[in-house]
Amino acid sequence: MNGPANGAGSANRSRSVLVVGASAAGLATAEALRRKGFDGRVTLLGAESHLPYDRPPLSKQVLSGDWEPERARLRPEAMLADLDIELALGEAAVSLDAANRRVKTEHGRELSADAIVIATGIRPRAFPGTAGIAGVHLLRTLEDALRLQSELSESCRLVVVGDGVLGAEIAATSKRLCAGVTLVGPQAAPMELQLGGEVAKALAALHVEQGVDLRPGVGVDGLVETGGRVSGVRLESGEVLPADAVVVSIGSTPVTEWLAGSGLRVENGVVCDSQCLAAEGIWAVGDVARWDHVGLGRSLRLENRTNATEQAGVVAANILGEAAPYAPVPYFWTDQFNVKIQVYGLPSAHAATEVVEGDPADGRFVLRCTENGRVSAVIGWNMPKQARLRRAEVFYA
Amino acid sequence: MKVTVYEDKCCGAGSCVMAAPDVFDQRDEDGIVVLLEESPGEDQFDAVREAASICPALAIELSEAK
Ligand SMILES: Cc1cc2nc3c(=O)[nH]c(=O)nc-3n(C[C@H](O)[C@H](O)[C@H](O)COP(=O)(O)OP(=O)(O)OC[C@H]3O[C@@H](n4cnc5c(N)ncnc54)[C@H](O)[C@@H]3O)c2cc1C
Ligand code: SF4
Repeated sequence: MNGPANGAGSANRSRSVLVVGASAAGLATAEALRRKGFDGRVTLLGAESHLPYDRPPLSKQVLSGDWEPERARLRPEAMLADLDIELALGEAAVSLDAANRRVKTEHGRELSADAIVIATGIRPRAFPGTAGIAGVHLLRTLEDALRLQSELSESCRLVVVGDGVLGAEIAATSKRLCAGVTLVGPQAAPMELQLGGEVAKALAALHVEQGVDLRPGVGVDGLVETGGRVSGVRLESGEVLPADAVVVSIGSTPVTEWLAGSGLRVENGVVCDSQCLAAEGIWAVGDVARWDHVGLGRSLRLENRTNATEQAGVVAANILGEAAPYAPVPYFWTDQFNVKIQVYGLPSAHAATEVVEGDPADGRFVLRCTENGRVSAVIGWNMPKQARLRRAEVFYA
Repeated sequence: MKVTVYEDKCCGAGSCVMAAPDVFDQRDEDGIVVLLEESPGEDQFDAVREAASICPALAIELSEAK
């Protein structure tokens, strides 16, 4: 693995930066470079043809129809123009030569730069054998969101397969538009992995109260198809849940196929050192990056929005020679029905918990999770400010 | 510099408060951003630019003219 000196060394010479992936992390890297005074060439290469847009609203305001899709744009066009970057959209990178810092694109162009930033994110995993069946949805892109939204109606019976953050949020948003929403997943309660048992139980109760049909603790055996369109979800128990549309939200995979043969180490993400350096002059940022978190003492890959921006700030600084480790307190939020959940740190099933503010009975509280005598996480339930104020209690903050 | 915040976009992450505590706060009841200083002093410019750029909901707008 390259030591910090390599990163800093190449950094000082960097006169050009190529960022691959033009979404939250990629754009934030370009912005941070400029904000820090970098006046060399910056190229932002992106597979999607849209101007960079934000994903969290896709399962919230865009899916519900409250926002026109344009509102999810990351930056207005004028601001992008002011950045003075070369924006190459609708052009995917197909390979990387890490040693020579050269990227080949699907249009046959070869781009090289002193520093290359990998920001290609993740893509959702599909349910095996369901490609091409109408009415089966994944949610990652704007197109996905609009396609799903067009199915939601008062008569629609929607089944969401997968009880993680995204699945639970899609179920909650969709319930406003569909009469019947079922959420199926293997855990005892939705988001148990991300929230721990106690808060997940409260979330389950909220979903039930709001009319979502929860099917916890069950595996899905397959989808039932009738005439090329999905008609149901078959559970491992043999029961078939009738469905007019199905959302599959069973996790995701880092987008790294294009790095085959690059010489980089890829193991569930692009493997980086503590400064997000993958190889000399090559950095990774956002959902695709796995880096050594010095505070936690292990490697970590986060799939959340503030991480993309925060990590981009550190990568930009390091490209410019700072040699700073990236050791954030992980943070994400989710909005479900009338509840805003904020999570700082990494909750787990083993943590001891304590309500430190508010009262679950009043629908507002902050829960502190302690593991091995240290605060491992702080969770806010309709108390965003109070939760943030306790962020500093997380042991590596 | 003039700062504008859009409450309807804000998701209550509080990143702005951590970046520029003299300019931003959050409402106690729902965490939505509160603008403390519409025209911050020059010593705040860097912090405010940082806040606007890290806000995950793009809820902070700056007009730099004067
Ligand atoms: C529906 C939804 C809701 C979410 N809600 C929340 C939330 O409430 N809170 C939260 O904290 N997080 C949320 N997230 C997560 C958050 O959006 C992500 O963490 C964030 O988008 C990560 O940004 P990124 O730039 O690393 O990756 P991405 O946003 O995945 O961007 C990667 C970009 O790279 C492009 N790309 C891929 N391969 C190539 C290639 N070979 N060449 C060029 N370009 C390529 C892709 O097309 C894409 O545009 C949500 C995500 C989704 C999908
Ligand atoms: S950073 Fe943005 S989303 Fe978070 S509180 Fe401030 S304005 Fe709201």
